[in-house]
Amino acid sequence: MSHSNVAYQVMWNRLISIVEEQAQALVRTAFSTSVREAGDLSAGVYEIDGQMLAQAVTGTPGHVNAMADAVAHFIGRIGRENIFEGDVYITNDPWEGTGHLHDITMVTPSFHHGKHVGFFACTAHVVDIGGRGLGADGASVYEEGIHIPILKFAERGVVDKTMVAMLRSNVREPDQLIGDIYALATCNEIGHRRLIEMMDEFTLNDLTGIATFILDNSRRATLERINALPRQSADGEMTIDGFDTPISLKVKVSIEQDRILSDFTGTSGLDKKGINVPLVYTKAYACYALKCAIAPEIPNNAASLAPFEVTAPENSIVNAVHPAPVALRHIIGHFVPDTIYDALDKILPDLVPAEGAGCLCNFQVSLRPRTDAPAPANAVRSEVLTFNSGGAGARPEHDGLNATAFPSGVMTMPIEATEHAGPVIIWRKELRPDSGGAGKQRGGLGQFMEVGAREGHEFDFQAMLDRVDHPARGRRGGQHGAPTTIEQDDGTPMRGKGKQFVAHGRHVLMAFPGGAGYGDATKRDPDMVKRDLARGYISTVSAAKDYGLSAEDIAGVLAGVARGDIV
Amino acid sequence: MMGTARLGVDIGGTFTDVVLEDDGKTYSTKVLTTYAAPENAIIEGIHQVCAKSGVAPTGIGQIIHGTTLATNALIERRGAKTALITTEGFRDVIEMRTESRFEQYDLNLNLPEPLLPRQMRYTVPGRLDATGAELVPLTRADIEPVIDQIAAAGYESIAIGLIHSYLNPAHERLVAEVVAEKMPDAMVSLSCEVSPQMREYERFNTVVANAYIKPLMKSYLSRLEDRLKGEGVNCSIFLMHSGGGIISIESAADFPVRLVESGPAGGAVFAAHIAARYGLDKVLSFDMGGTTAKICLIKNQTPKTSRVFEVARTYRFKKGSGMPISIPVIDMVEIGAGGGSLGSVDAMRQIRVGPESAGSEPGPACYGRSGLRPAVTDADLVLGKLDPDNFAGGSITLDAAASKTALNAEIGGVLDMDATTSAFGLAEVVDENMANAARVHAVENGEDLSEYTMIAFGGAAPLHAGRLCEKLGVHRLLVPSGAGVGSAIGFLRAPFSFEANRSVYMRLSDFDPDAIIALLTDLNTEATGFVRTCDAHAKIISEYKVYMRYTGQGWEIPIELTEEQAMAPDAETFKARFIEDYTKLFGRSVDGMDVEITVWSVNATTPPERVDPIKQVARKNDAPIAGKRQVFDPGTSDFQDAHVVLRDTMLDGAGVDGPAVVTEDETTIIVPASRAALRQPDGCIDVRTKP
Repeated sequence: MSHSNVAYQVMWNRLISIVEEQAQALVRTAFSTSVREAGDLSAGVYEIDGQMLAQAVTGTPGHVNAMADAVAHFIGRIGRENIFEGDVYITNDPWEGTGHLHDITMVTPSFHHGKHVGFFACTAHVVDIGGRGLGADGASVYEEGIHIPILKFAERGVVDKTMVAMLRSNVREPDQLIGDIYALATCNEIGHRRLIEMMDEFTLNDLTGIATFILDNSRRATLERINALPRQSADGEMTIDGFDTPISLKVKVSIEQDRILSDFTGTSGLDKKGINVPLVYTKAYACYALKCAIAPEIPNNAASLAPFEVTAPENSIVNAVHPAPVALRHIIGHFVPDTIYDALDKILPDLVPAEGAGCLCNFQVSLRPRTDAPAPANAVRSEVLTFNSGGAGARPEHDGLNATAFPSGVMTMPIEATEHAGPVIIWRKELRPDSGGAGKQRGGLGQFMEVGAREGHEFDFQAMLDRVDHPARGRRGGQHGAPTTIEQDDGTPMRGKGKQFVAHGRHVLMAFPGGAGYGDATKRDPDMVKRDLARGYISTVSAAKDYGLSAEDIAGVLAGVARGDIV
Repeated sequence: MMGTARLGVDIGGTFTDVVLEDDGKTYSTKVLTTYAAPENAIIEGIHQVCAKSGVAPTGIGQIIHGTTLATNALIERRGAKTALITTEGFRDVIEMRTESRFEQYDLNLNLPEPLLPRQMRYTVPGRLDATGAELVPLTRADIEPVIDQIAAAGYESIAIGLIHSYLNPAHERLVAEVVAEKMPDAMVSLSCEVSPQMREYERFNTVVANAYIKPLMKSYLSRLEDRLKGEGVNCSIFLMHSGGGIISIESAADFPVRLVESGPAGGAVFAAHIAARYGLDKVLSFDMGGTTAKICLIKNQTPKTSRVFEVARTYRFKKGSGMPISIPVIDMVEIGAGGGSLGSVDAMRQIRVGPESAGSEPGPACYGRSGLRPAVTDADLVLGKLDPDNFAGGSITLDAAASKTALNAEIGGVLDMDATTSAFGLAEVVDENMANAARVHAVENGEDLSEYTMIAFGGAAPLHAGRLCEKLGVHRLLVPSGAGVGSAIGFLRAPFSFEANRSVYMRLSDFDPDAIIALLTDLNTEATGFVRTCDAHAKIISEYKVYMRYTGQGWEIPIELTEEQAMAPDAETFKARFIEDYTKLFGRSVDGMDVEITVWSVNATTPPERVDPIKQVARKNDAPIAGKRQVFDPGTSDFQDAHVVLRDTMLDGAGVDGPAVVTEDETTIIVPASRAALRQPDGCIDVRTKP
């Protein structure tokens, strides 16, 4: 039966709503902080050959292409002839899933009237996967946790109990892991039921018609955008701290007919620590950056993603192959967009932002009773992970966002909730004046944080910070953002990455990086400079030095603040 | 002596609705809202309903008032000169929000500005920990210089929000004491009173919002009292709050943030009342006006409530683009879908509708006021759902040719469709958007809509409700009379109520019955106290609720407890109640995990008004057919002849088979081909799936 254009319009809307709903179900039931707070999950629906038709927009772009490619891997490994109604498949393979062992991807085939019609897939970051725990310390992927190749978690509705027993005995939090696996399976099941309702409502026997409609329209729209761009190529590069040695990211972005190619030749090789990135994750962030700039409103599906091609030499840090350690692949991954934008700005000026903080400013605090003196009876051991953001880069027409994640979509946790999670005290979490690079448009401000423990505790501090030695670079005359700093309150220096001991009574003081400025600071609208001074985004020193505000104007602004004037 | 008539007043964005009930009869009117002095429209409305009913203003015994003034002041940033006093190190909590972007793919995204810019946020030392114990003391000497600065700057209203104050209010109260001494004229709001809940961003934002609108609302409410007295109306005035109950005018002036969204809350109470009349335990209320549609689940004749919601969304009604307010509120989904919502075609050649709206000026193209873009109303007209000569009681003649021109220009021309197909596409997309919102809301609450009855009100709802029911698999739809002033009628049905909430963590493995009894008793005293200020003698019922989750999860679910379960608490019962509700919501429980309680809540309420169930009738005869017209049928994708019935001529038990249109001055009910309509004795039009 053929369907009208109007019916297909409705069905496309419905499929997007179905995957969003699928993702929401996961957010509410998952145990992992990064899922519920950071939206580190994904959900999608696929036609029978594994082409993705719709994907939920969640907190992380890191799953964008990974999800698009995943189902094809499952079909290949399981074999079409072995796909049965009631099956559920699983993997956490970093190369066939989403880049590290902590992400579990589950795929469920959808059957309608006994006939296989499509697939649902979803991915979530789990609390623990065994091995050394989440950190950069593994020398190979074997040390980073248990590896689950693509397997059947359930066949014809019967769960593989052997697998469950194996998984349980290899992780630190077995109840949570198995709970999350079932949540993923349920989330696919919810999507499946809604799909079948839709197929009944529109009397569909298969998804061929709607798939063609979605993919054709998406492909056409994406290619129209690409083919309207100048056919040019340009190089981009940036250097970041890395773990022990600086890492250089290089890319050549080429706009060609019907495709954009991003080639990372020239990028640094593998790192000894687990900050290497499987290509699938590099592709996700490269593609995300380009889509934001060129085709932001076109939904993600197989056709809208296909024209964005990404290559990198094997065993460069952005194309790590098995068995490279990859647990913290997000750090480098989060800098991919700024690298791409360095190139894209040369082809399409006045479109992309200046560099920002890039990777999230995360740290984990491992608290324990003090060992230097008798600890109080109520002292406990506890792990507390927090997500925080520096400033975003200034845009051609707008200031950078203060303390807001980009490219990640992470949410921070309330400090009141963090302090309930363990005996940690967050003494300070507020904006960092003068950290946004000066410019016609100012970079977003970074933030200050100060962290200690409750009386009777000491802790290890696992830092995952970058931009200590490589602050965000300004664009078109804009100034650099402020770099990351980290030390203890007695002046003891600390490193941006790695596990470091903090003794009883000491606090860790951090200043997270600001975004870079865009354009010449002296061209900034004087009213905006005054506003920034009144709010304390910039100091009187910066107002005078960077923006040329007169002493008289500065005094006027400060007097206005004292009078409570609304600026 | 005071009369027995009751008056409901709802100040909306465009109209102020006034409803007077006397001796079982209802009189209503709509007058244009007078923004500069909203009380003027109320007085005008009172004059009109008093004239209609023959009741003198002195005969009004009680006024229940709801208003969007609080919401609008927040949206339009028209509040007082307000300062925030917060804990050192946390000056920017209301500005840093969640540190995330609510729209992932927009490089030019800007986040909404906080209500108070940074220079209006002051800090004091002193610090509590997560048990409420003092880590760093706070002294008067610390506070005084800060208050001196604030006083010198001439702030009118002060918000106080300190870290962990929901556990221990001592520091906030000390700050308030110093403010009271040094700034006796300033109004003060404390986060430990306005919203004693964990999560500093929501709590601080809520106390700031309260402080920001307090002077404005206080002054408005006292002017209103004076004006009413001047008119001889000396009765008590009560205010509808966002949680669906009513509070005294004094409580409203102290906690004006609780008035936000009181109008829509009245609509939900209205629907709940109809549900009670029909003995329906599962109802979906659907309110569609000019710019938005609101959907609410009403179970057991009680609207679903929530602890936090977002006001003033700035970006296509997108979650996260507004500001969170943590107060007890009726839980509704609001989407940008109304009669004025505009249609267009995007890059994927998909039809999009809303949230941009044509408003009343220029209005939809068919209004003939130079609107060139097609709105939902234009699609409704082209599809035959509206009669061009009989819109809004004949006050506007609609121009179908203009609708077609607009549809062709924006949609048909791009997608190679004729005007009818374009209109069908636009209507289907807006209906699908609303259906998706309803489905997601239902799934989030573990509900299956096929067991639900829809109650539709608001000007545009009856045009779309039938199709929405088809899409949702809902088999019964009720369109009550008086649907145009549903919220104001709802005010008259609301109980006196006040919900007190507090965040206190407790794992079931550390279950402490004595602490629980003390906490709930405390909350009960607080909530009951507010209700007592409204009525010194009424019976008060206390409803107990706790929010629970598995330890390690971030999302808690509300668990209702009986008084016995709450006041003689034991861990096994709490756990069993949690597992029961969790399983219902998510399909399964998780073995081996501890469970924790995060928030405690007591709602004190007077008993719901006794509702006499109506004697529902079956179809007795056919309604008189006033004519025929061509209405587009989505099932066959073509026009069909539809019977036209005038609502006023339908007697009890009179029915008509779809496709049909039931018309009245205020609106038109579309009965799809799959449904039949029937008039019930209370005037509701009952639209059901044909047998």
